[in-house]
Amino acid sequence: MTMVEKIISSKIGRFVSPGEHVVVPVDLVYAHDGTAPLAIEVMENLGLREMKGRVVFTIDHASPPPNVESASSQIRMREFASRWGVELLDAGEGICHQVIPERGMVRPWDVVIGADSHTVTLGALGALATGVGSTDAAIAMMTGKIWLRVPETIALRIEGELKSYVTAKDVILEIIGELGSDGANYKAVEFLGSTVESMSVDSRMVLANMSVEMGAKAGLIPADAKTIAWLKERVSGEVREIGPDNEADYSSIHTFSAEEIKPNVSLPGKVDEVVPVEEVEGEDVQLVFMGSCSGGRFEDFMGAARIMRGRRRKESTRCVAIPASKEVYMRLIDSGLIKVLLEFGCLIGPPTCGPCIGAHMGLAGPGEVVVSTSTRNFPGRMGSPDSRVYLASPLTAAASAAAGKLTDPGRFLG
Amino acid sequence: MRICGRAWRLGDDVTTDHIIPGRLKYSVASLEEMRRYVFHDLIPDFPELVRPGDIIVAGRNFGYGSSREHAARLLRMVGVGAVVASSFARIFYRNAVNVGLPAIEAEVEADQWDLIDVDLEGGVIENRTRGSTFRFKPFPREILEILEEGGVEEYFRRRGRLPWG
Repeated sequence: MTMVEKIISSKIGRFVSPGEHVVVPVDLVYAHDGTAPLAIEVMENLGLREMKGRVVFTIDHASPPPNVESASSQIRMREFASRWGVELLDAGEGICHQVIPERGMVRPWDVVIGADSHTVTLGALGALATGVGSTDAAIAMMTGKIWLRVPETIALRIEGELKSYVTAKDVILEIIGELGSDGANYKAVEFLGSTVESMSVDSRMVLANMSVEMGAKAGLIPADAKTIAWLKERVSGEVREIGPDNEADYSSIHTFSAEEIKPNVSLPGKVDEVVPVEEVEGEDVQLVFMGSCSGGRFEDFMGAARIMRGRRRKESTRCVAIPASKEVYMRLIDSGLIKVLLEFGCLIGPPTCGPCIGAHMGLAGPGEVVVSTSTRNFPGRMGSPDSRVYLASPLTAAASAAAGKLTDPGRFLG
Repeated sequence: MRICGRAWRLGDDVTTDHIIPGRLKYSVASLEEMRRYVFHDLIPDFPELVRPGDIIVAGRNFGYGSSREHAARLLRMVGVGAVVASSFARIFYRNAVNVGLPAIEAEVEADQWDLIDVDLEGGVIENRTRGSTFRFKPFPREILEILEEGGVEEYFRRRGRLPWG
């Protein structure tokens, strides 16, 4: 069985196959300030009497609020959370997909429903985590269950050793470029192979995080000894490993050679139009954004610092750095990296999704070219519809900020 | 259940950010106020020009991107009768069903303003302007019931229980 088949089977106490519709108990449901207000409205319309199971709200998309409208909907979330006993991670704690695993709220074999498409990030810890809208989240909060179609699974095998200036972000962009924006639609994907095994938990989260950009319902990575060690510092009680069976039945298998992967970018407007940075080097860049649930982890800033240390950003290029959580922020302080970022010329913001969804803290103006470590580069998502956003790794972002133009990080680190 | 309206012809990969841009969603508090920003960057005058029952005819991967249910709700709120696309992104598809917006997976030939007639139970789409018909796989009974009631909230109001147990 694949990981998804194993998790659903263990939850409902019988073997399941792809294509079946099943009602599955959930271990955790969460929503944030972009989706919780509508979920609250739905729950009230449906005559909420009790909340079933573990429910968490995060205020992370526009936090602290940039306007009265956001402030108002956040007040509503706090009131509702306090009345119904919902755990609230308020402004400043961090982005849901980062802070929820950090706080030990998820473990392998769990079924997690999040009212955000990037909930798939938690698949990096061996959970079945999938994104839904506010109505589905509301029903899961009220009933402790969700209906799902058991998905087929695509195996993505990545084998070999990455070059020192090639990151998990380059790997996931390579895969999305290969499969396309709907290449895994309605399916689960599993990231397997020696490259994934040697990756840190931070890197694995980057892979799982962007599996939704090829349409995947879930992106899972086997929870091995490394995962368990990471979790043991954060959760109490039993934590069990999980992986697919050797004879798991995949709808397709794609193999990637780590040695052949170069620093990549998604061309503006399309996540799945991926080319090596070296093919588009040289375009002037006005804004670099390092952050989001895809590129705001400690490891991301540690990588960027390899280039930033002892250098200054080009004056014509602003560089906004936003840690994905308070924990990441504190590690940046404790390690001294915060000073490297500041001396390089970064503007450091508090944990928030911020510019990734065009809410605040570093939007792009008309005609501006952006290099971003975030998840999406749809037209107008990060600000002006006339801006152009390249998605890239933290290393490419740092190299581009240092040079003031799109730059392959191999030029600094090769 | 029949839906009849003019075609709005769109292409592949219409994202949730096209339907309701994030930067506007986070500066407007209510869905009611968000109505005027539907397709703001793609078809700025859409909210004024759309008529009840109009049908969006799109290509691959409609609703790609965010889980924001506002996208599906707003299309319904401004009067869109159905979205016909060759494929849908999965979260948008679920959201559309939940809010009572028929999301129909079908290959349909239509130009802007062609008159389209959809028979939801029968699985037939007629392009009346061209005189051509197209078939789609009818919805499973559970989904059709939710759509006929007008979404999960209406379903619950009338039947006193949630679909899917």
